Amino acid sequence: MRAVLRRLVPRSLLLRNLLGVVAGLVVVVLVLETTSPFRNSQFATMSYYAIAAAGLTVLTGLNGQISLGHGALMAVGAYTTALLLEGGSVPFPLAMLAAAAVTAVAGVVVGAAAARLHGPYLAGATLALAVGVPGLAIYFDGLLGGEQGLSVRSPRPPDWFADAHYFLTAGELGGAKYLAYVGWITLLVVVLLLANLMAGRYGRVWRAVRDDEVAAELAGMRLGGLRILAFVVSAACAGLAGSVLAMVVRLAAPSGFTIVLSLSLLTAVVVGGLGSLTGALLGSALLVFLPPAVTNLGTGAGLTGVQAAQLAPLVYGVVLVVVMLLAPGGVMGLLRRLWRRGINQGGST
Amino acid sequence: MAEPRGTLDIRGLSARYGPVTALDAVDITASPGRVTAVLGANGAGKTTLLRTISGLVKGADGSVLLGGRDLTGASAETIARAGIAHVPEGRGVITELTVEENLRLGELLGTARRGKGGREHRLDTVYEMFPALEQRRRREANSLSGGERQMLVIGRALLSAPEVLLLDEPSLGLAPRIVAQLFALIRDLVDREGITVLLVEQNARSALSIADTGFVLNLGRVVAAADAASLAGDADLRHAYLGF
Amino acid sequence: MQQFVNITLNGLSQGAIYAAFALALVLIWRATRIINFAQGAMAMFTTYLALTLIESGQSYWVGFAAALVAGLVLGALVERIVMRPVEGGPELNAVIVTLGLFVAFQALAAILFGATFQSFPAPFGLRGFTVGEFTIAFTPFSVFVIGSVLVVMLALTALFRFTDLGLRMRASAFSQEVSRLLGVRVGRMLTLGWAFAAVVGSLAGLLIAGGNLVHPAYMDAVIVYGFVAAVLGGLESPGGAVAGGLITGLALSYVSGYLGSELVTLAALGILVAVLLVRPRGLFSRVAERRV
Repeated sequence: MRAVLRRLVPRSLLLRNLLGVVAGLVVVVLVLETTSPFRNSQFATMSYYAIAAAGLTVLTGLNGQISLGHGALMAVGAYTTALLLEGGSVPFPLAMLAAAAVTAVAGVVVGAAAARLHGPYLAGATLALAVGVPGLAIYFDGLLGGEQGLSVRSPRPPDWFADAHYFLTAGELGGAKYLAYVGWITLLVVVLLLANLMAGRYGRVWRAVRDDEVAAELAGMRLGGLRILAFVVSAACAGLAGSVLAMVVRLAAPSGFTIVLSLSLLTAVVVGGLGSLTGALLGSALLVFLPPAVTNLGTGAGLTGVQAAQLAPLVYGVVLVVVMLLAPGGVMGLLRRLWRRGINQGGST
Repeated sequence: MAEPRGTLDIRGLSARYGPVTALDAVDITASPGRVTAVLGANGAGKTTLLRTISGLVKGADGSVLLGGRDLTGASAETIARAGIAHVPEGRGVITELTVEENLRLGELLGTARRGKGGREHRLDTVYEMFPALEQRRRREANSLSGGERQMLVIGRALLSAPEVLLLDEPSLGLAPRIVAQLFALIRDLVDREGITVLLVEQNARSALSIADTGFVLNLGRVVAAADAASLAGDADLRHAYLGF
Repeated sequence: MQQFVNITLNGLSQGAIYAAFALALVLIWRATRIINFAQGAMAMFTTYLALTLIESGQSYWVGFAAALVAGLVLGALVERIVMRPVEGGPELNAVIVTLGLFVAFQALAAILFGATFQSFPAPFGLRGFTVGEFTIAFTPFSVFVIGSVLVVMLALTALFRFTDLGLRMRASAFSQEVSRLLGVRVGRMLTLGWAFAAVVGSLAGLLIAGGNLVHPAYMDAVIVYGFVAAVLGGLESPGGAVAGGLITGLALSYVSGYLGSELVTLAALGILVAVLLVRPRGLFSRVAERRV
C-alpha cells in the first residue's frame, strides 16, 4: 500500500510540494464554496493563525527558540498594513509584502538580541516584548490611533478574480469568502516556502543547532547568524499573518495583540506537535473551531456569555500543560507513534 | 540467619545503562570493623556499584541488605537514613554552602538517626580531627583545597553516624602525601568506631595497603575476591586488572 | 523638585513590590531552574480570593491572611502535581507548562470572579503625608507596603540562615543529589520552596492591588517587571533580587513620570535586553560570563 503511494509521488521535493499546494488549493476551493459565509470567515481567521503558527513552528520546533512575542510581531504587520491601505492607493498584495518586510526587519532586531538567549531568558524577554509593544500604539496615538486603533479598508475582489470565480463556481463572491481566499492562498504559499526551507540545508542546520549546540558550533556553523535567520523567517510569517488579520477583522488595535494571542499561537504549535507544519495547521484549526464549541457548552451549562468566552483560554492553558506532561510530541507526535507501530506490526505478520 | 548490624550484603546485583550492562550479578559482603576494597579499571562498574547501593541508580536487579534489612529499590533518602553514607566521586561538597553548613547537614541526618541507636558524633570532634576545617568554618566550601574537601565530606559523613561508609575514589586528585594521611585516617576510623567501609579505588596499591578484603571488578563482574594480602600478592591479577 | 521627590518615593514603594515578586521568582529558579511565568496569575488568583472574602463582609486582614495561605497551598499543589514531572527535563517544556498555567489561571479567574475591573481596598490611608506645605507621594499604605515586604524578607532570611529547614532547602536547591545522600527529602523541600515562593508572590499581588483596580490581567506587566528585577539581580541571589526590584521600580517610575506611562513596559524590555546583553550575570556579579 505504502509502496504504491510512494511510486505515485514524484521524487523531486519541490515538485512534490508543488503538487501538495495544488491539491491544497483544490481542497480550499471545495471547502470555501460548500460552506456558509460564517464558516468562510472562520476559515479566514484560521488562515492567519496558521500563517503565524507555521512561522513559529520553524522557530520553536526546528530551532528550539521560544517566542512569546509573536503577537507583537503580528501587530507590526497589522499596523503596517493598516497604514499602507489607508490612502487607498497601495494595492493590498504590495501592502502584505511590505508588512512581511517591515516585520522581518523588526525580526532582525529582536532576533539579534534573542540569539544570545535561551530557554527561560528568551521566554522572559519575548514576554516583555508582547506586553510592551501594544503600548507603542498608545504612545504614538496620532499615527497609530491609540486604544481605538486604526480601521482597515478591506480589499474588494478585483473584477478578473470575481469573473474567474463566477466562471468556476457560478456562485457569489462575498467579502468574507474573498478574504478567506486571500488568506488561504497566502498560507499555501507560506507553507510551500517553509516546507522547502525545512527539508533543505537550513532545515537540517537548524535542527542540528537545536539538538546539540556545541557539536553544531564545532562543525563550524555560525550559531548566531542561524538563529537570527530563523527569527527573521518566523517574523516575516508573523508580519504576513498580522497583515491578513488586519484585512479580515478590518481593524488594527492594541486589544487585538495581547499576550493571550502570543500564548494561543504557542498553544497551536505545541498541540499540533512542535516542528511540524501539519501540526501548526491542526493547532490553528483548534484555535478557531474550539472556542465556539466550548463557549456553547459553557452557555449550555448556565454560564453567562462573558464567562463562557473564557472557557477557550482555560482549555488552551489546560491543554498546554496536559500535552507537555503526557504527550510532548503533540498530535503529530502521537500520529507518528501510531503510524510506526502500524508499520512494525505490518512487518512482523 | 540474623545478620550482625552494619553488615552490607550485596546479592546478585545487576544494573544496565540502556543496552550496556554495568553490573552483572555482583555478590559482595562488607563487614563491620573492616575495610572492603573494590578495585578495577575505569569503567569496571565500581561507581555504578556504589550509586546502586545508595539508591541513586534505579531499576537494578538483585538485592542490597543492611544488617539483614532489605533496602533494594528504596529511595536515596531512605537509604541514607538507614545508615549508609555515600561519599561520591568528586567529593560531593555543596560548594555554595559554608564549611559548617555542610557539616551541619551531616549532623542533622545523625540526629534523625540517633533514635535508631546510631553512634553520636559532634561537630567539635570533627573539628578536633580536622583543625583546618575549624579555621574555615564560616567560609564557603568552594574555597577549600582538594584535600580539605575530602576531609569535609568524610567529617560530614561521620556526623551522620553511619553504619556503612561508601567511599568513591577518595584519593582522586590528591597529592601522594595527602593520600597516605587520608588512608591512615580511614583505617584508624574503622578500627576505633567499628564501622563498615566499602572503598572504591583505582589506586589499588594504596587501597590494598589498608583493606582487609578486596573484590576486583571487570566489565561489571566480580573476577576475584580474597583477603587483601593475597590479592596484593597475586602477580597475574595485579598485571591483568590492578595495574601495579 | 517636588515632582522628582514624588516620583522617587513612588518608585521605591513600587520597587519594594517588584522586589518581592522577583524574590519569589528567584526562590523557584534557584531550586528548580524554572522561571514560574504563572506566578503573576497565581498571585492574581489569590488576590481575588481575598477580594471575595472582603466583599462578603470579612475584614481586610482576614482576606489578606487567606490569600497568603491560599498562595502557600496553591504553590505546593502546582509543584507537586504539575511541575514535578517536568523538573530536570528540557527547559522549553517547563517554560510551556508554566505558560499554560498562566493562561488557565487567568481564564479561570475571569470565569469565577468576572472579567471586569473591580476596586480592591487598602487597609491604610492613600493620602500622602504632608511635609511643610507639600503633600508628598508617600502614604500610610506605602509604609505598609515597604514594611510588609521588609518583614517577609527578614523572615525568609532568618528561615534560610538560621533554621535546619532552611539549610535543607538551600542544600536541595544547590545540589539535589548530594542532599539526597544526606537524607534530605528533596522532593518535599522543592514543594516547600514553591509554596513559600507563592506566598511571597501572593503578597506582591495583594500589595499591587491595594487601593487600585484589579482584573484578571492586572499582574501581566508585573511578571515582566519582576523578571527584569530578578535578572538585574542575577537570578541566583535573593539579595540581588531585592536590589534589582528597587532599581527597576525607580527606573520605571522615572520613565512613567517624565516620558509617559505607556512606555513603561517597553522601558522594562529595554532594561532587560541591555542587561542580558551586557551583564548577563546581573549587575552585582563579579564575573560577567554566563550563558543566558
